[in-house]
Amino acid sequence: MTRTSSPAPRAASPVGAPRLLGEHVGVDLAKHLATFGAMPAQHRVKRGHAGPLVAEIEHSGLAGRGGGWFPTGRKMHAVVTAARTSRKDPVVVVNAMEGEPAASKDSVLVHRNPHLVLDGAVLAAQAVGSSVAYVVSHRGGRSIGTLERAVEQRNARGGDPVELRVLAAPARYVSSEESALAHFVGEGIALPVTVPPRVFESGVRRRPTLLSNAETFAHLALIARRGSGWFREVGDPSAPGTMLVSVSGAVASPGVIEVPTGTTMRQILGLAGGTTGAVSAAVTGGYGGAWVSAGAAIDLPFTVAGLRDAGGTPGAGVLVVLPTDACGLVETANVVRWMAGQGAGQCGPCRFGLAAVAQDFAMLSSGKLKGTGLAGLERRLGIIPGRGACRHPDGAVRFAASALQVFGDEVQRHLSGHCAAGRRTFVLPVPSEKVTLPVERPGEEWR
Amino acid sequence: MSGHIVTIDRIACDGFGTCAQLLPERVILDEWGYPLIDPTPVQGSERQHAKRAVNACPRLALRLEKAPHDAPAARPAARR
Repeated sequence: MTRTSSPAPRAASPVGAPRLLGEHVGVDLAKHLATFGAMPAQHRVKRGHAGPLVAEIEHSGLAGRGGGWFPTGRKMHAVVTAARTSRKDPVVVVNAMEGEPAASKDSVLVHRNPHLVLDGAVLAAQAVGSSVAYVVSHRGGRSIGTLERAVEQRNARGGDPVELRVLAAPARYVSSEESALAHFVGEGIALPVTVPPRVFESGVRRRPTLLSNAETFAHLALIARRGSGWFREVGDPSAPGTMLVSVSGAVASPGVIEVPTGTTMRQILGLAGGTTGAVSAAVTGGYGGAWVSAGAAIDLPFTVAGLRDAGGTPGAGVLVVLPTDACGLVETANVVRWMAGQGAGQCGPCRFGLAAVAQDFAMLSSGKLKGTGLAGLERRLGIIPGRGACRHPDGAVRFAASALQVFGDEVQRHLSGHCAAGRRTFVLPVPSEKVTLPVERPGEEWR
Repeated sequence: MSGHIVTIDRIACDGFGTCAQLLPERVILDEWGYPLIDPTPVQGSERQHAKRAVNACPRLALRLEKAPHDAPAARPAARR
């Protein structure tokens, strides 16, 4: 997959010191320990019992940085409870897939401080009573090699109290969805499965599975060292701490920035070197996220609650700014076409529905759609969400629907066959890859 | 109020449409032939009807499940 250019991350000096990206330690374990201190020792917990770290994480208010923003402590508790009732030892899975084309924060984090992620995986595994933690990233991505070298360093120094395994998964968008990832770790097939049961109760090989984003584990590793009070010192009280944001589009210095949660989009853009000209809108949260109008969102906190009023979401910390010479509908059509092809093809409403929406958007963006066609598009957008095994169709539809809202004037212009944009290249990155459907029997591409 | 709801395994469903024929008061098909299901609890005698449709699904994708506590009580316009 392609990536946005992501030069060295910058320290978020005007908004406080970075926590995860402040030091570039790399795979050197000695340097990591000298920088962040030793990993706190934990006693092994009995199955179905939570280690003290679980309460500490709960107090910290840490919320999942993969886009769900679900309280990590509550998730850990749920895994422990499921381990008790099912009498099965839990499994920990670190999602370092980064399927979002406009995101690069996980690979930047893994590149700079892989041991923070691995520490978090080990500490979380101990706290929920798991003896193994899997770290999964895209096959062919640079993170795999970095993680493997980092684990080698740890093993050379006596290893960890739990087993760390690095796995390379297919570089497919829906393969980073949690049920697909648990399916891949357990059975080697990176396709979503029908839920419930959710992975926290029955994930990898039907074991309770603590599956979270790489950044979440890195924060967890620091909370274990410095405490929940330290963690809450910065950020929005509703979801404290810092967060990584992948900023791209019409900014002077695209890349990954670490900011306290609650930082406004205006501040984030300022840290990315400022905008390169007039901007009209922005993608928040990635391609399963939503467009927001720049005017409505620029001074809102980049949080779940903050962006809600503008129809946006921070998701996994994605922000792409659209310059005024680009057409939001043309950009959306390109992304929706890609998203339609990224499904697993397992569920009819997603497979056929997203294809139809993509077709509608292609017509709309090229000025060939009429009013009745627009009504058809809106009807389709209304009936697809909630009708897939995973949330892929919901995200794609949310993204598409938000474009109709935010670019309402453009929609009217296109209905009469006109497009005001002068730009001929896409702002939003879309990987080019061959997509094969249907998936009656999962082929090599999903294994 | 407790009760049962009609649900569907989206991966198993292949759009045969049997459910819409046997349970038209609860299931309609979208333009691609896949079911849109009324999410409200199944009441009284309707339950037998629903059970028959569940048993007849060629893909065994249709289910009658205990309603979660937060199941919508009123019948909303949108079907899932």
